[in-house]
Amino acid sequence: MPATQSRINDFVLKIATVNGTGSASANGLLMQALFRMGIPVTGKNMFPSNIQGLPTWYEIRASRNGYMARSGRVDIMVAMNAQTYQQDMNNVSPGGFLIYDSTWPRERSMTRNDITILGVPLSKLCNENFSVARIRILMKNVAYVGVLAALLDIDLDIVHALLEETFAAKPKLVEGNLQAIRVGYDYARENFTCPLPVHAEKMGNNAGKILIDGNAATGLGCVYAGATVGAWYPITPSTSVMDAFTHYCEMFRTDADTGEKRYCIVQAEDELAAAGMVLGANWVGARAFTPTSGPGISLMSEFIGFAYYAEIPSVFIDVQRVGPSTGMPTRTQQCDLMLCAYASHGDTRHPMLFPANPGECFEFAVKAFDLADRLQTPIFLMSDLDIGMNDWMVPQLEWDDSYRPDRGKVLGPADLDKMERFVRYTDTDGDGITYRTLPGEDSRGAYFVRGSGHNRQGGYTEDSKEYEDVMQRLLVKWETARKMVPPAVMTRAKKKTRLGILAFGSSDGAVIEARDQLAQQGIHTNYLRIRGFPFGTEVLDFLHDHDTVFVVEQNRDGQMKSLLKLETNNPADKLVSILHFNGMPITSDCVVKGVSKHLASEAAA
Amino acid sequence: MTYITKPKIDLPGQKRNALGLLQRDYEGSMSTLCAGCGHDSITAALVQALWEMSIAPEKLVKLSGIGCSSKTPAYFVKGAHGFNSVHGRMPSVATGAHAGNRDLICIGVSGDGDSLSIGFGQFGHAIRRNLNMLYLIENNGVYGLTKGQFSASADPGSTAKKGAPNLMQSINPVATAIAMGASFVARSFSGDREQLVELIKAGIAHPGCALLDVISPCVTFNDHEGSTKSYAYTRLHKHQATAADYVPAAAEITAQYAEGEAISVKLHDGSSIVLKKADSDFDPTKRSSALGYLEKHRDLGEIPTGLLFIDEDWPEMHAIYGTAAKPLKEFTFAELNPGREALQKLQRGMR
Repeated sequence: MPATQSRINDFVLKIATVNGTGSASANGLLMQALFRMGIPVTGKNMFPSNIQGLPTWYEIRASRNGYMARSGRVDIMVAMNAQTYQQDMNNVSPGGFLIYDSTWPRERSMTRNDITILGVPLSKLCNENFSVARIRILMKNVAYVGVLAALLDIDLDIVHALLEETFAAKPKLVEGNLQAIRVGYDYARENFTCPLPVHAEKMGNNAGKILIDGNAATGLGCVYAGATVGAWYPITPSTSVMDAFTHYCEMFRTDADTGEKRYCIVQAEDELAAAGMVLGANWVGARAFTPTSGPGISLMSEFIGFAYYAEIPSVFIDVQRVGPSTGMPTRTQQCDLMLCAYASHGDTRHPMLFPANPGECFEFAVKAFDLADRLQTPIFLMSDLDIGMNDWMVPQLEWDDSYRPDRGKVLGPADLDKMERFVRYTDTDGDGITYRTLPGEDSRGAYFVRGSGHNRQGGYTEDSKEYEDVMQRLLVKWETARKMVPPAVMTRAKKKTRLGILAFGSSDGAVIEARDQLAQQGIHTNYLRIRGFPFGTEVLDFLHDHDTVFVVEQNRDGQMKSLLKLETNNPADKLVSILHFNGMPITSDCVVKGVSKHLASEAAA
Repeated sequence: MTYITKPKIDLPGQKRNALGLLQRDYEGSMSTLCAGCGHDSITAALVQALWEMSIAPEKLVKLSGIGCSSKTPAYFVKGAHGFNSVHGRMPSVATGAHAGNRDLICIGVSGDGDSLSIGFGQFGHAIRRNLNMLYLIENNGVYGLTKGQFSASADPGSTAKKGAPNLMQSINPVATAIAMGASFVARSFSGDREQLVELIKAGIAHPGCALLDVISPCVTFNDHEGSTKSYAYTRLHKHQATAADYVPAAAEITAQYAEGEAISVKLHDGSSIVLKKADSDFDPTKRSSALGYLEKHRDLGEIPTGLLFIDEDWPEMHAIYGTAAKPLKEFTFAELNPGREALQKLQRGMR
């Protein structure tokens, strides 16, 4: 048996299956069981753009230190898919374990000497224990949970409790599932030394933590923000934002007596229409949003420019996926920064928020509506597939009941009473933000929304000076936005350093872990996590205060680096890109290597 | 363009509506369209209809896309909010507006380019959702602002100003709308104010998507011999299939009709539309009858006008969705936000 380092509560478990076989619930069960043992966990789902029959992987990382990113290791691989067996075996880290279904013989060539291969006749066991074909397939997944429970020393009581909660309404299912678990568990105990040197150990109960994906948190945030209109066109990976919004609206916004809904969700004919609906609803004073992904933003761009120029609050949630074009819909990237920052023709620019985890998805979703109403402009919530569709452990979401939405500068009939004449686009406060009125309230507040040239009164114009006047004022508003978006968060190194790392969104976890590893090698870095665009002064200061700033991002072209160059007048040679764009969530390994490689090349030069 | 602004002086004896407003209060800014443009007549009909219906200006929203037609919301009811959106996308903005505030009276003004080419999809889906609005198409068969290209409603064989014939099929918004399941479909002519005013009123009262296709000649690019959307051609070939009378809730239906000559459709607000038909066999409450009637008269080279199809019972968007009766924008934050305790309880299931 190859030498294996003992790894307690510090391992990566990867499960290779075929999509459509019901493995998701088995994988969720494993993840939740580890979570309830008090071990920090994250789950990454790597799935195909397909309904049934293609390879899919689920990667669970248990990390007693609380690292949330992918590490690049695989300690235990459960290879349930013959189609990808070779690849899955190759991916196991030296000293690791490979578990496979030994019902059928494996090709002799498929072996490795530096890992331990454990065969479990899962199909055979399930065929012996279950009679219905579909049940046999489903229970095969549950049976490997049993095998892993034995090998990794996962608390069976917790597994039982989870099954009972999951199938509370269908007690019969609990029985079958428990039987499958027992079959796998017993086989492993009888045939292998349990537990493996790599295993789990109860370390608390993760009090104050929850498991949630970013899209559910975003949908919930929209409910808490008081959004009433959601317009959307189905697109991976954003669809589950609207699923969550619908679910929570049904739960919280449906009148118990009458069944009346205090929300309206419109599945639009396309993304263009979804954007139009968002503008229409916000125009009349209902908070409205659309969740989409890159291709949707491309289609919405005309309306986005309209909303910028006509100054209509609107919230666009971009759950980014791999581009260009259709790209890889079920893979992750941070590739729509340039698209969203300047979406639409003419001079346009838009505030963006960058949540790094589901907790911030919830928080920033609420923030996005406040900013949209306050700034009367499109706001982009820049999530991605990794945050949106994967399972994250985060601190419980908090809500302050004293929160009141910021509806911005809206004049009602009482305000109009005090005015001689209402005009739409005159800046009376010096912040570039003008007052609006809502349709349906008062004819004295009536004005005409248009995307064509208009003057500060709101009238149509083709006059050069009047046109420039409005465009210049929009720049004043942009400066106001700079002070309102969430500021970047700075984390200092333990030692003074001139090296900086700048990242945003779902790269956060990889950077946190990489910094610790680099520090162990004597490389100290300060870290700035950008949370909003336009960039605040703290970003300028950070760039100024460091000799080298590594910009970590998940796209090919260094879009954040480009934005920094465009928006900050910073010497470009200071910025060093660390890019990861293969569609899988970024690993800490990638950041460590990127930094080390650059420093080595500098030392050589 | 008309250069003469009408003087804003109070003339003695001007009539006021139930809200105490003059017809002039329903006017907008001065039209910048060509003198004689059919669209200006439609604007005038809108002003008259809205005034006669005593619709409070602030309860009205006017929306449009892009094109000559889409300029017109600026020319009526100055006291109503207006939204001149992007090309072909008026229906989606109207959908959002109505989703957010279902009490608004929505008038969308579009054109044949706006609705039958670039916005064909949104046109179809406003009908599919039965969005409660008056959807007006000012149909002239031609792109005016870009100087005279054929639009999708140009009839095969009709000619452009310089004589080039249109060789493609025309998209007929009326037949298309009926086929797609519209609940109210009418056609009129900008030169027939009397008919137009009644159809506008009926369309506004109709609780659903009321499509009103109005042949509205373009005097600059499509009013020549060889055009099938000219004043002369339309006057000669139009065939009034039905004469609609909009009867408000409080008023009584007084006219007497012979059996089969007229039908009365009761609207949900208590008002009625009385339809006098040219042909007793024609049943505008049946899709097959309406489509058959349209085809029959197309073969005769006629342009049927009037209310051509109506289904009062098809539910409008909010009825389909089960949205609250109170406009969504009116709900207080407390009515929308579940609060801290609910969030904590919810998260117990996330462990």
